Amino acid sequence: MTQIILNGLFVGSFYALIALGYSMVYGIIKLLNFAHGDIFMFGAYIGMTCLTVIPGIGSLGIGAIAIVLLISALLTGATGVLIETLAYRPLRSAPRLSVLITAVGMSFLLEYGVRQIWGPDPQPWPQAGRLTEAANWPAGLQWGAQRIDILGGSLTGAQLVLMALAVVLMAVLALYIGKTREGRAMRAIALDKRAATLMGINVNATISRVFFIGSALAGVAGVMHGAYYSSITFLMGFLLGLKAFTAAVIGGIGNLYGAMLGGLTLGLLEAFGTAWFGGEWKDVFAFVFLIAFLTLRPTGILGERVVERM
Amino acid sequence: MESLKTYFSGQRGVYHGIAIAVVVAVFALPFITIDAYTIQLATQALIYVLLALGLNVVVGYAGLLDLGYVAFYAVGAYTSGILTTRLGWPMWATIPAVVAACVLAGVVIGGPTLRLRSDYLAIVTLGFGEIIRVTAQNLSITGGPSGIFGIPTWSFGSWSFNDGLTVGGLFFNGKILLYYFVAIVVMVLGLIGIPRLANGRLGRAWRAVRDDEDAAEAMGVNTYTTKITAYIIGAVWAGLAGQLNASLITTISPTSFQFLQSALVLMAVVIGGMGSVPGVVLGALFITLAPELLRDVWENRSLMFGILLLAVMLFRPKGLWPATSILPWSRDKHRAKVDTKPAQARAEEV
Repeated sequence: MTQIILNGLFVGSFYALIALGYSMVYGIIKLLNFAHGDIFMFGAYIGMTCLTVIPGIGSLGIGAIAIVLLISALLTGATGVLIETLAYRPLRSAPRLSVLITAVGMSFLLEYGVRQIWGPDPQPWPQAGRLTEAANWPAGLQWGAQRIDILGGSLTGAQLVLMALAVVLMAVLALYIGKTREGRAMRAIALDKRAATLMGINVNATISRVFFIGSALAGVAGVMHGAYYSSITFLMGFLLGLKAFTAAVIGGIGNLYGAMLGGLTLGLLEAFGTAWFGGEWKDVFAFVFLIAFLTLRPTGILGERVVERM
Repeated sequence: MESLKTYFSGQRGVYHGIAIAVVVAVFALPFITIDAYTIQLATQALIYVLLALGLNVVVGYAGLLDLGYVAFYAVGAYTSGILTTRLGWPMWATIPAVVAACVLAGVVIGGPTLRLRSDYLAIVTLGFGEIIRVTAQNLSITGGPSGIFGIPTWSFGSWSFNDGLTVGGLFFNGKILLYYFVAIVVMVLGLIGIPRLANGRLGRAWRAVRDDEDAAEAMGVNTYTTKITAYIIGAVWAGLAGQLNASLITTISPTSFQFLQSALVLMAVVIGGMGSVPGVVLGALFITLAPELLRDVWENRSLMFGILLLAVMLFRPKGLWPATSILPWSRDKHRAKVDTKPAQARAEEV
């Protein structure tokens, strides 16, 4: 039982990180960014390439992962900004359907662009960047690759580190949105774009910033995924993106804390679903929950009433 | 004679002329070549045209983005596959069951989501596509990952398409009969029926809901029933196309119903022109035939189609053959002056 909960919380922290990007973008421009899951995948590929290309990075152990995490976050963030500028900004006043279709096209472009560059086969994550390898952990920190008992269950040290990282990132983000000038601008645009413009907020710059942060978080999740599961494929963003969206809906889309809560909830639901019905039904379980939530409580756990944009 | 000439120089006449020419060309194909590969490819292209025509009702007319369209195609294929192979029903007898299964699936998915913002539908249909595929992969009645084999072709009494048919000294084999009697007939029905539906009361309601849902509601259109009707019509149409495909390729497996397939049909509709029947047919033919004809040049067709989709959305959002296009020599040229921009876009400009 404890083990199921722990596994659920671990997977849920991935969902939460990706769901944050979904939810932020949706909150500010009411766009379902289908390419978001693929940015997660792209981040993993950037990480893998950095680990193989940068000379001498293999000897750094755990430090290598930190460096790669940073590079990947910056590059995926920049990709997100680029996508917004090139594909979504020109269509901001177009019908909603056009923007959605453009997002689907962008997702395709990322998936099959990555496939064109790195090939269709699953790629092994380099040894030097694996959190599960004991050799990557310096002396004295060997607990990182071992299992640690928690209340009758157990998680590896690596899992604990990744969960802690996710929690720290979310806390920083919550402070940023809640306490800073830029965060206030984001909330203002989400409430009323035109009024925000009249108040002197640079709408385009703020939207770009949201895309940067959301995509960078997805990139971090991508590297974390590679470092823990040791294998990445060009289609992995599709399913994860879908689940992250489910998480965002469960928590209440557009709501920051909702995305975190929804991610953890979905992780737990999935862990229990797997334990009860078997692993092959795991994905079906998540979507059945999505449909159930949309039917019974479309605003999610923390969401406010969804107002139709006129 | 003069009135016929006037008719075919008008907007409608030109469209009808093109449609008749296309149908005649498609009909004449087996008289030119009976090469099995060509016939197979042509039938496959026709099935894509059917799918695109159906998705056009959902996306083009009603403005609902369905990203799991191939799920209904799978529902149709599996329903007919299971009934014919497990219970020994003849293929034609499964048609009502396919329709019923698709209506049910459409209500289950569309029912809750169509009450919400339209973009929720996009992601729920995406999830639904996955549910159907994973379910087919896990159940034993659907044959698991390897799918269903040996789906029979169409048969009536003791005679089946496999026996072939000799008409006027020419022998038609089973594949050609399937192509003729089922694929072409269904396509012609679609080409005649769907535009008529779209120009009728229901079709006008679809377009009203698509362009401005609130205004449509204020005018007395029941937006919910209008949307769900479009969704179910699209679902049934895809299910029948799925049944046709199952009897054509005789083997169905979960791998044939991936998201990629839904995306390809969507691309056919968007690239051709949402809401435009000639555009959608053109788009479907392009999506199926271009990778075959340009096999050497196009290694990665999905990447190319993705780029094309983006380019169309950014530079030509109404597609290659827009629904509102006016032929340059047409008498109806003045119609082009009508402002076709959606109300939402106008409101944003204020």
